[in-house]
Amino acid sequence: MSFDQFGVISFTSATKTEKFVELLQDNRLSGTVCKSCGAKFFPPRSDCSFCLSDEMDWFGIDGPGELISYTTAMYAPAGFEKDVPYSLGVAEFPEGVKVFGRLDKSIPDDQLKAGLKVKVKVVSSGEGRVSYELSAA
Amino acid sequence: MAKVAVIGVGQSAFVRSYPGSIRELAFEAFRDAMKDAGIKSQQIDASVICSAPEYDKQRTPAGLMAEYLGLNPQPTFYVESVCSSSSSGLRTAYALVASGLHDVVMVLGFQKMSEISSAESQERMGRGADIQWEAPFGTMMPAYYAMYARGHFEKYGTTEEDLALIRVKSSTYGVINDKAVFRKSLDLEKIMEPKYIATPLKMYDCCANADGSSCMILASEEKARDLCAKPVWIRGLGMATAPINMAGRDTFSGLKCAQLAGKRAYEMAGIGPKDIDVAEVHDCFTIAEMMAYEDLGFAEPGKGKELIRNKETYKEGRIPVNVDGGLLSKGHPIGATGGSQIRTVALQLRGAAGEMQVPNAKIGLVHNIGGVGIYGNVSIFSAD
Ligand SMILES: [Zn+2]
Repeated sequence: MSFDQFGVISFTSATKTEKFVELLQDNRLSGTVCKSCGAKFFPPRSDCSFCLSDEMDWFGIDGPGELISYTTAMYAPAGFEKDVPYSLGVAEFPEGVKVFGRLDKSIPDDQLKAGLKVKVKVVSSGEGRVSYELSAA
Repeated sequence: MAKVAVIGVGQSAFVRSYPGSIRELAFEAFRDAMKDAGIKSQQIDASVICSAPEYDKQRTPAGLMAEYLGLNPQPTFYVESVCSSSSSGLRTAYALVASGLHDVVMVLGFQKMSEISSAESQERMGRGADIQWEAPFGTMMPAYYAMYARGHFEKYGTTEEDLALIRVKSSTYGVINDKAVFRKSLDLEKIMEPKYIATPLKMYDCCANADGSSCMILASEEKARDLCAKPVWIRGLGMATAPINMAGRDTFSGLKCAQLAGKRAYEMAGIGPKDIDVAEVHDCFTIAEMMAYEDLGFAEPGKGKELIRNKETYKEGRIPVNVDGGLLSKGHPIGATGGSQIRTVALQLRGAAGEMQVPNAKIGLVHNIGGVGIYGNVSIFSAD
């Protein structure tokens, strides 16, 4: 399992955080927490910008979170055209991190609103790709 | 700090597709600024070249430009902060002059976006955000700014029509700017047609890609007084950065980098928002201009909509903003944009802005943002 299997198209092939993909396949969206100073990061980091440590643990993000903002894209950049329209959003989670990602297409338009309670939904495709979406909690 | 002046400004016409190479495009702004300053290439001690390099096949454009503009063997520097590259270039050049290292420095911004297709361009611009954690979802600039628009709507009750009013103003001035790519008049009804790009942003909320170049020439106080009858002085420079990742942002109703850059620029100039006579703000999208009103203190947070509803940012209003049509009408050739904004303000402060002139403009401000609020540059200029 490597990082180039993350998302619709991955632009990164090697990262020290590639365990993120394995954890995602096990149905856990995860961030990292610094073993030395306790700083929590999402997206996960392998290096702590506060204390310079490179020792990290993983923690799960379960939510439910709260949607802060969102948009529905009617056009797409090259390589994503087949997905149009799709929604993107950012939500605040009680684990102390914000999460950006696609929104589940099953959320009705009239429910899309700041404050909507959301949970993480792991999405796997047949070709071994794995991603996550924010879905109505 | 030593005083530094802008002694020459220039820009090419901003066009959909420039029928020449990047060196020829750059030369258009260079020629314009050199004639404006009335100097020769040998009088320039160093150059700063600014662009977003992913549009070009040419590697290391600064070397190419130094040669084509006749600036060998002087030193050259390459500066990039995507859409605010040439404002970062101004900051770099200011430091080179204020330090006493060089007396006269030229800043050139250029971009030939038509080298690639619009979808490819969106993909490249999307990669101006976090490519590891965000681009895999299919991100693009309109979608990011749309999230800020939605955030602003939800927090302050701003509406799509408020944003449309900003485009109405832009088109009013685009019509009279002969360097602009979009010179058609637009009414509210046309702008409100539901042609969504990324909700709630519609077609006319977005600026167009363009090819273009801009150039400015900076000089030390001594050289400026020697070479130039009407120098425009750099009074305040503020720059700040914010997390590239949306998960690292504090709010979705304003840009932290712009707020901080504005604060620093005002402090350095020893003035406040009420002292600004004319402003150029980074309206890559209508929502970006709305947030700029508030981030720069022209309006309280959430009150930007009152400014545009009351036409306070028109030429006759309390704080004229983007009376050259802004990015929305001029077009947005990434690396050239900041220099074009600075040119407009310099012309205003010299009383040479023609039909766009704001009467008696003495202090001007330029707000130039890179990416979706990754880089914020705010620069303040005065006539004397
Ligand atoms: Zn740490």
